[in-house]
Formats: sequence, C-alpha cells, structure tokens
Amino acid sequence: MENKDLIPTVEFCECHQIEFSFINTLNEHGLIKITSIEEKKYLSCDQLKNIEKMIHMHYDLDINIEGIEAISHLLERVDLLHRELNILKNRLDFYKERG
Amino acid sequence: MEFIDYYKILELDKSAKDEEIKKAYRKLARKFHPDLNPNDANAKKKFQQINEANEVLSDPEKRKKYDKYGKDWMHAEQFEKAGYQQRPGSGASPGGGGHSGGFSEDDFSDFFSSMFGSGGRPGGGQVKYRGQDFNAQLQLDLKDVYKSHQQTLTVNGKNIRLTIPAGVENGQTIKISGHGSAGVNGGPNGDLYITFSISNNTKFRREGSNLYADAELDLYTALLGGEIMLDTFEGKVKLKVNPETQPETKVKLKGKGFAVYRKDSEFGDLYYTYKIKLPSNLSEKEIELFKELSKIRANGK
Repeated sequence: MENKDLIPTVEFCECHQIEFSFINTLNEHGLIKITSIEEKKYLSCDQLKNIEKMIHMHYDLDINIEGIEAISHLLERVDLLHRELNILKNRLDFYKERG
Repeated sequence: MEFIDYYKILELDKSAKDEEIKKAYRKLARKFHPDLNPNDANAKKKFQQINEANEVLSDPEKRKKYDKYGKDWMHAEQFEKAGYQQRPGSGASPGGGGHSGGFSEDDFSDFFSSMFGSGGRPGGGQVKYRGQDFNAQLQLDLKDVYKSHQQTLTVNGKNIRLTIPAGVENGQTIKISGHGSAGVNGGPNGDLYITFSISNNTKFRREGSNLYADAELDLYTALLGGEIMLDTFEGKVKLKVNPETQPETKVKLKGKGFAVYRKDSEFGDLYYTYKIKLPSNLSEKEIELFKELSKIRANGK
C-alpha cells in the first residue's frame, strides 16, 4: 500500500516507542481512526498531531484513556470558543469603528 | 545569567526522592503542559521551566552535579575535569519517558546550557520526535488580503514562500504543514502556525466578507434624485439615487464587498448608508424659498 497520507501503525508505534495496544485503545474509544487495508493498519497523517498530544498526555502526564477523552473534548470546546471569541472581537471592532 | 532553583520550580525539598520528583513533575506538567493550555504563552514558559527542572533532577548524574555546585555553577567545569561524563542520549528523563512534547534546544535556559551543555539535552537518543511547532504573527493591511498573493516570510532564519489566502480574518490562524522545526532522528517536521493581524486603514468597515461605509448625499440629490460616485475596493462606481431618499437609507452593491475566504473569485456585498448633509450658510433667497416650501408643505402640498 503506497499512500503518503497514511502511516503504518507499526512504524508509528516504533517511532514513538509505544505499544500498539495504546493506539488500539484510542481507536476503540473513538478518539482516533485506524484504517485497515489488506489486513494492515494505518493512521492518516492529519491525525498525527492529535495522536502525539494523546501520547504526551498518557506517557508524560500519566493521564488514563478516560482522562484523555475528557480533555480532548474540552480542548475541542476551547478551540471552538477561541474561534468564536475572535469572530466577536472582530465584530466589536466593527461597531467601534462605526462609532 | 542567573542561578535557577530547580527544586523551587518543582516545589520540592532538596531531600526529595526520585518518586517525589516524578510525582511533582507530573502534577505541574498536567497543569501547564502546552497541549492542555493552547495559545497560552505563560503556561508554555512555565512548562519549559518545569521540564528543565525535571530534566536535571530526574537524572541522577545531572542532579548530583547541580546539587554539588548549585549557586557556584560557574565553577562546574572543574566537575567535568574531575571525571564527570555525560551519558550520550540520556535526555529521555525517567519521569518523562522521552515524550516531552517536541521541545527544541531553544526551550532550555542559558543556565542549563552552561551547566550541562547541549549534549545533555533531550533528543540525543534514537527516539524519533516530531519537530516543534512554530508560531508567528503576520501584520498585514486589509488591502493585502483582498486578493490572494504570494509572500516570502523569514521564520527562524529560513525563507518560506507562501500564499496569503484572500479573505483571511483578523486574528485567524492558518497552519503551514512541515514548516516548523526539523524532526529529531528522522521524525516528521513540526508545523508553522501563522496568526494574521490585519489593520484596516480604509474607509470601509469589514464584517466577514461584507463591507460597510457611509456616503454623504446633499439635500437636493436626496430630494430630487440623481447620480453619485461611490468608492469600492476596486475603484469608483456610479450609482443612481432615487428621488426622496431618506436619511440612513442603505444600498447594497452586490459582489463589491470583500473576498470570501477559500472561495476564489467570490465576494461579499458592499453596503452604503446615506448620510444627508443639510446646506448651511443659507442666502436670503434660499431662506425665502425654503419658507415658501415650508408653507406649501403645511398647506397640504
């Protein structure tokens, strides 16, 4: 399977020195998506940043899967609120300019 | 360059055991880890200090050296001569497990460098790390983001040519994949995040892809109708004014607004609000005629 957007899970786990079971658990909890092609398992590149965050949380900060799930949800909310805040700031500037 | 009290940073006594160091590091790292505090520069700085403190105190040899020389760290070189040898690739701390979040050399203090050198930093082993993400702010004028254009930026000494997309918002952040710091030991590069700071020096107010502005109408054009020239982002347009146009009337110039983000050749609308300017310094003749007009109006036309 040659696809530059997919990384074999074996390679990813080896690279980060982690067990496949960790990735598999993230997948089971719906936090990431493992793609299976011809009995081989892959991760899409666009998930890497998020997975690496979860690796830091688990291996550096000793946070369990349930904690990672809750934090991921809250981080998504923070991101959404951050974007909303930016829109509102711009709208406020708009009305300020209007005097 | 000042002495850094790593024990104080981790809120520990000098007699702290390895397990206590690990526990203190994890407790503080959970609070200040950049992944858990997005866009928080203070948390990032604090985490760097915590990480550095852990780097030293969780490594028996580094801790021994630090404890021995402490505030006299300037003389630490003698320690080297006395036979201290750094373990190659010893950076992955016992507490951190080698996943300290893509930190680069710049994330360690001069104090640390002076005492332990770059060889004592993480990343010296065979573990592959994704490179650190870079954050940059780009100041642009509103006119600069009306159309997509290419611009060369210098980030950490490297020139990066990128396309600034039309319609990007003030405060918006875009990701340029792979333009962060280089990965360690063959790991992938980090990403570059650019936040746009867009100043508006035009007469137009912007809300998303719509633009707003005021247009002054003289009394006679407002009453009798006529034509006026209005500014748009791409030059002037002629607009017909209806007779009996009221103050604060809004007119929409379809497609003359601002570029729509990520939709090439699509533009919002431009809204003009008419501000009617009453004449001043009236002549006697004008006053007389206005009085007459007033009488006509009072008598029911």
